[in-house]
Amino acid sequence: MSDPVLEIRNLNVEYGLGDQAVRAVRDVNLTLHRGEVLGLAGESGSGKSTLAYGMTRLLAPPGVITGGQVLYHPEQGEAYDVLGLSDRELRGFRWAETAIVFQGAMNSLNPVHKISTQLTDVLKAHRPDMSESARHARAREMLKLVGIAADRMDAYPHQLSGGMRQRVMIGMALILQPQVVIMDEPTTALDVVMQRQILGQLIELRERLGFSVIFITHDLSLLVEFSNRIAIMYGGRIVEEAPAAAIYRDALHPYSKGLLGSFPALRGPRRELTGIPGSPPDLKGMPSGCSFHPRCPKAFEPCSGNIPVLGRPGTPDGPSRSVACWLHPTEQPVG
Amino acid sequence: MKYLLQRIAFYLFTAWAAITLNFFIPRMVPGDPVQALITKYQGQLSTQAIDSLYVLFGLDKDKGLWQEYLDYWGQLFHGDLGLSFTFFPTPVSEIISSSLPWTLLLVGITTIISFFLGTGLGVLAGWRRGSWADGLLPVTTFLSSVPYFWLGIIAIYLLTGPGSFFPSSGGFDNGLVPAFDQYFIPSALRHSVLPALTILISSVSGWILSMRNMMVTVSSEDYITVAHAKGLTDRRVAMSYAARNALLPNVSGFALSLGFIVGGTLLVEIVFSYPGIGFQLFQALGAQDYPLMQGIFLIITISVLVANLIADVAYLLLDPRTRKEG
Repeated sequence: MSDPVLEIRNLNVEYGLGDQAVRAVRDVNLTLHRGEVLGLAGESGSGKSTLAYGMTRLLAPPGVITGGQVLYHPEQGEAYDVLGLSDRELRGFRWAETAIVFQGAMNSLNPVHKISTQLTDVLKAHRPDMSESARHARAREMLKLVGIAADRMDAYPHQLSGGMRQRVMIGMALILQPQVVIMDEPTTALDVVMQRQILGQLIELRERLGFSVIFITHDLSLLVEFSNRIAIMYGGRIVEEAPAAAIYRDALHPYSKGLLGSFPALRGPRRELTGIPGSPPDLKGMPSGCSFHPRCPKAFEPCSGNIPVLGRPGTPDGPSRSVACWLHPTEQPVG
Repeated sequence: MKYLLQRIAFYLFTAWAAITLNFFIPRMVPGDPVQALITKYQGQLSTQAIDSLYVLFGLDKDKGLWQEYLDYWGQLFHGDLGLSFTFFPTPVSEIISSSLPWTLLLVGITTIISFFLGTGLGVLAGWRRGSWADGLLPVTTFLSSVPYFWLGIIAIYLLTGPGSFFPSSGGFDNGLVPAFDQYFIPSALRHSVLPALTILISSVSGWILSMRNMMVTVSSEDYITVAHAKGLTDRRVAMSYAARNALLPNVSGFALSLGFIVGGTLLVEIVFSYPGIGFQLFQALGAQDYPLMQGIFLIITISVLVANLIADVAYLLLDPRTRKEG
């Protein structure tokens, strides 16, 4: 496995302060390696987007990071904690090192500014010595990279289709050649054909430019196809992390199995779609022990008592994966 | 462009309808101006004088309503709005042109100051939500609910009087002749301070509130988060992304308020006896001076329409989504 580029250590994010606070992300440990696509899956409210906003310090109030570290390893030089950066350093870090493609494909572009303005103002902020014409040339280059004609530079967002807008966003994300691109449900607003087209293009660009991707979605089928490793979140915690193929073939956590059972396979024998009974937990009143146990078909005695730790399971491929489940007790916690 | 032409056509139609109404309504009122004048002079007019008045008002010829209507339009295009009764025989156009600048300067300048001041403070209050700027809100809510004429009366009661710097009424000191000289201008300025402050205080809070609320709404848009994520400076995000988009409703509100400069602050002018068009309208009402009222209504109508057109154009310039292709 290659070097890590982003290490999340014991990250905790809460909404609100004091007793009323809701813990949306709990003790998350996650490592993104150079050049890989890391999938992050889970139901709505599992904390995946909060995790993404937390590690880039974009949480809107009342969201606060209550603990942990986000270590970023630049291409050259020492690793540093993103959470410890000053406002000025943070501005420099954003987009240049970690760019984000957001959930709302339709609303990520400012409706009153031209595409060119929105592409070039990133360059203006980060490369102040770049000339006006060089900035425009770079913006045109990025549009070409994502397959949009350069004459669309002068278009306003409402003159583009949803797919084109999202491609503009991807082009914008890559304009400073960041090491990490976080994609927060980048294709939810698009139809299936456009989803595949855009994701295929992204993977191709990743191979060419060599950035790493954190790909957040609730659509596990997309992750299985496009990512190298998958982390599954439930109730603000990571419950399982493994290579994509391993998750697909034999997921260890009952929740992961439930997610996999919720969408149809394209090939193979017909099987009944099962889904997961019940609904996601209320973050304000989490069940004791493993937060999944009230919905878990395999829940047994220890599940309601103690929280299982994320660790290496005793399976043959154990070293490459981790799971937090009493069915697979571990002696070797991760993080 | 086509859209703009459509709007202009619409406003021309509206102007025509307003002017036509303006023509017919006084003619539906019983009596005629000569009767009103006879009453005014309490029957001390000779028969010849009455006859000549009828000639003067153009009421001697037994013209049909349609012919009168056409003549009215003809007069309008020559800038002839008829003769005033109260200031007989001064033409209405002369009275309006002498009182209009007062209103335009006083209310116009205060409206512009109020808009820029209020919008600026609103941007600040909306962007720095949760800071000291929130303290502005209860104050502005209170002030925006205070009627400005009442504020004017209070100002006169508390701040004017013998020996006070602020005069209680009028647009300039008695005995001065309106001219651009060192006597008249300071006097006019001194007379305008209280009415201007009254309008400013009561109107600025509306701008603050609406701009602040729009800023708060826009701040939660996705493109604001994207702008932050892009590493732009806080200032750039606040101005070019948040305020730029939040401004749109305020700008159309501003253009509309320009239309109410002429007719909207009647009460302030009455309270301060300010020689503007609102005060003139008030006097015309009291004296049943129909030609003058008609003329002032015409000016008010036209200014509201022009303001609406300005609002449309401003919106076209500021919001690309309203521009239709072709």
